[in-house]
Amino acid sequence: MLDSKVPAGPLAEKWSKHKFNLKLVNPANKRKYTIIVVGTGLAGSSAAASLAELGYNVKAFCYQDSPRRAHSIAAQGGINAAKNYQNDGDSVFRLFYDTIKGGDYRAREANVYRLAEVSVNIIDQCVAQGVPFAREYGGLLDNRSFGGAQVSRTFYARGQTGQQLLLGAYSALNRQINKGTVKMYNRHEMLDLVTIDGHARGIITRNMVTGAIEAHEGHAVLLCTGGYGNVFYLSTNAMGCNVTAAWRAHKRGAFFANPCYTQIHPTCIPVTGDHQSKLTLMSESLRNDGRVWVPKTVELAQKLRKGEIKISDLKEEDRDYYLERKYPSFGNLVPRDVASRNAKEVVDEGRGVGASGIAVYLDFEDAIKRLGEDTVRAKYGNLFDMYYQITDENPYKQPMRIYPAVHYTMGGLWVDYNLMTTVPGLYALGECNFSDHGANRLGASALMQGLADGYFVIPYTIGDYLAGLGFDPVDRNHPEFEKTRKTVEDNVQRLLSLKGSKTVDDIHKKLGHIMWEYCGMARNEAGLIKAKGQIQELRREFWSDVTVLGENEEMNQSLEKAGRVADFLELGELMVDDALNRRESCGGHFREESQTEEGEAKRDDENFKYVAAWEYRGESQPEVLHKEPLEFENVKLTQRSYK
Amino acid sequence: MSGNMNLTLKVWRQKNDKTRGKFVTYQATNISPDMSFLEMLDVVNEELVRKGEDPIHFDHDCREGICGMCSLHINGRPHGPKQGTTTCQLHMRSFHDGQTIVIEPWRSAAFPVIKDLAVDRSAFDRIQQAGGYINVNTGGVPDANAIPIPKKVADEAFESATCIACGACVAACKNASAMLFVSAKISQYALLPQGQTERYSRAQAMVAQMDAEGFGSCTNTGACEAECPVGIKLTNIARMNREYFTAKIFKQEEPH
Repeated sequence: MLDSKVPAGPLAEKWSKHKFNLKLVNPANKRKYTIIVVGTGLAGSSAAASLAELGYNVKAFCYQDSPRRAHSIAAQGGINAAKNYQNDGDSVFRLFYDTIKGGDYRAREANVYRLAEVSVNIIDQCVAQGVPFAREYGGLLDNRSFGGAQVSRTFYARGQTGQQLLLGAYSALNRQINKGTVKMYNRHEMLDLVTIDGHARGIITRNMVTGAIEAHEGHAVLLCTGGYGNVFYLSTNAMGCNVTAAWRAHKRGAFFANPCYTQIHPTCIPVTGDHQSKLTLMSESLRNDGRVWVPKTVELAQKLRKGEIKISDLKEEDRDYYLERKYPSFGNLVPRDVASRNAKEVVDEGRGVGASGIAVYLDFEDAIKRLGEDTVRAKYGNLFDMYYQITDENPYKQPMRIYPAVHYTMGGLWVDYNLMTTVPGLYALGECNFSDHGANRLGASALMQGLADGYFVIPYTIGDYLAGLGFDPVDRNHPEFEKTRKTVEDNVQRLLSLKGSKTVDDIHKKLGHIMWEYCGMARNEAGLIKAKGQIQELRREFWSDVTVLGENEEMNQSLEKAGRVADFLELGELMVDDALNRRESCGGHFREESQTEEGEAKRDDENFKYVAAWEYRGESQPEVLHKEPLEFENVKLTQRSYK
Repeated sequence: MSGNMNLTLKVWRQKNDKTRGKFVTYQATNISPDMSFLEMLDVVNEELVRKGEDPIHFDHDCREGICGMCSLHINGRPHGPKQGTTTCQLHMRSFHDGQTIVIEPWRSAAFPVIKDLAVDRSAFDRIQQAGGYINVNTGGVPDANAIPIPKKVADEAFESATCIACGACVAACKNASAMLFVSAKISQYALLPQGQTERYSRAQAMVAQMDAEGFGSCTNTGACEAECPVGIKLTNIARMNREYFTAKIFKQEEPH
């Protein structure tokens, strides 16, 4: 039933051949089609701009007050591209290979190869737009090695690459808004998908200033709405990041793939107290020069936490540089999932640092000795400042305290090679889909995927669908529009009628605890079963005892939050189901029952070499699992080793 | 916990753009110095919700100082007392026990209040839409290394490009001028070779839109630079003026 539509033929020719075989829409006919784009991060902005340039009518939506604020803006480290400018052995195939391996062989070969292939175009495009990437003194682009890559293929703009790339895409979007080819709706939140005869034909939005609940029609709908990391309450996502658009699409027929694949990023600033509203990432580029360590013994760690000894009292032999010790060839640069799990391991042993004991050190003493403080400042100055700002500790003088935090979700809406979901006419781009990162995403690959999907994939693949539609405008008087609009309105009223004793945040925090405890860095069957029951209970508590204030016809942040948390409460259970089903460890999904003797993630290729795509079957019905088998014709599956 | 603070907040509450606003006083109790300013407001809001009162509405999103969505005039200063930081990155250790904190929205005719502390900054988007881009389509562009750009020029363009469009410059300015914001974008492209072909039409289009939005003029006070959370420099305004005057006198081009 699941047809990935991956074209036949040799890997390196698939995309070129596929592009040739795709139907085209005549330039004069493109203006007869309207495309809805939800979300204006890297994927959404680049898609909206590129499609409008081609001649389509585009309506773009974002919940923020400006499209420029989408959370892509917060990405720090960089963007990968197989340019091989450094002459260090990089190639499209190597980027493909690294990404497949890094994803622990749970991604589609053809998608990942295409991603690597178009990565080179992305850099050209961004530079043409005036994105100020870092440069060498000779005037050419600078690269760095990032996130465990053995080659330097990462392009960057100091520690704010996401910002600069998004502003580039935003500028392209602005150009089209000015031309009238994109109509932009700020402060609008998508609350449902309209389907007619099984095809996506529009969306229902709530105007977050006036409360107006409106229907918008289009020939195709693109969801570029990011990931669902905020199901954990605490994550590095922006406060507003949510799963609502994707989840409502899921309930209208779009399968949700691999929801249990979440990425816990190893280098975040640790939690300080219950008031904490979000976590802050420290770019993993810091691991290029910082050394990760904890005290060698539990006793020393205890003394340190109690303040009986100082960091400087710990001599070299009292420190355990555990990543360097266990993984001599990759050292501090092991992939994110490995680094995170190891941090959890040493903390669980009782060797953690900081007042809470839930942190490890990231130490720059050696780097400062080797390179001098000025060089370190030039490389990481803004990150050090940010750390200082938040913790009131000076990382030039004492090691940073870091701990893993939820950062990215590899799972998402299932899409075929054309990025179309199981609902015809509904597409998912960027973090919102599941397609390219398998069970673990490599550093500097999220920006690459968002822009690849938006600039270089969807402009080709969408024509194939539209060309088969005919030219009739979408009938905005079709009863489905009013019916769906009414459903949304009723749901909003239902939320507003809740006048219990708990706040929405109370429930969200509880959900976060459950997810982190049982469906976080390590998972086991008993814990997951427990979590499932607790989430169901919590959902009942939400619908019976939460309070939502105010009215619909105004800016109402209580209402916005309540709607999002209601959807997280449903998604959370599906994540647990997926984690229960996948009785193997792979990438970010670590099932304690499935590990090697050395405690590394152990895949079970015989039984789990597939994409788990879940179909919604109605309220309180169990979701149905569909399997898309993964075939590997170009890489040999191995146990990942970074020793 | 020891070291926690009790504070008095005077917060601007305004139902919508059609009603008059007023200051309302709240007590924020047991506030940890490790909280961010917005987390302190979260705590106050949670208490309000428990009492059945509408929480204080304010804009915020990334809480990492980069999205530019948070704002707030705190004790008369945009983004509060600390230099070079956004409100979301301001921590309560910058305040002391017993302090009274006055919290207002950005004040500018071009930024109408939506509710409480949230304002409408879409004027900034419209200025960017008027010309804040390079006219290139997706695809068909030269190789990224085809145009070498001296590191110094690239770095300077980057400095201008780091503007987060929060609007603190407008809020700080006695004239509610948006020139620091507009000049940052004009400078970025004026410095880079990719921006040369349209540099004069761009300056004219963006300045025209800035004026149409009702922002005030620049009188070189420099409050914008002093309050900018990301350190956008006043020299950008000088460069913008040069671009604009050169365009007006010598290089008047047809707008696109």
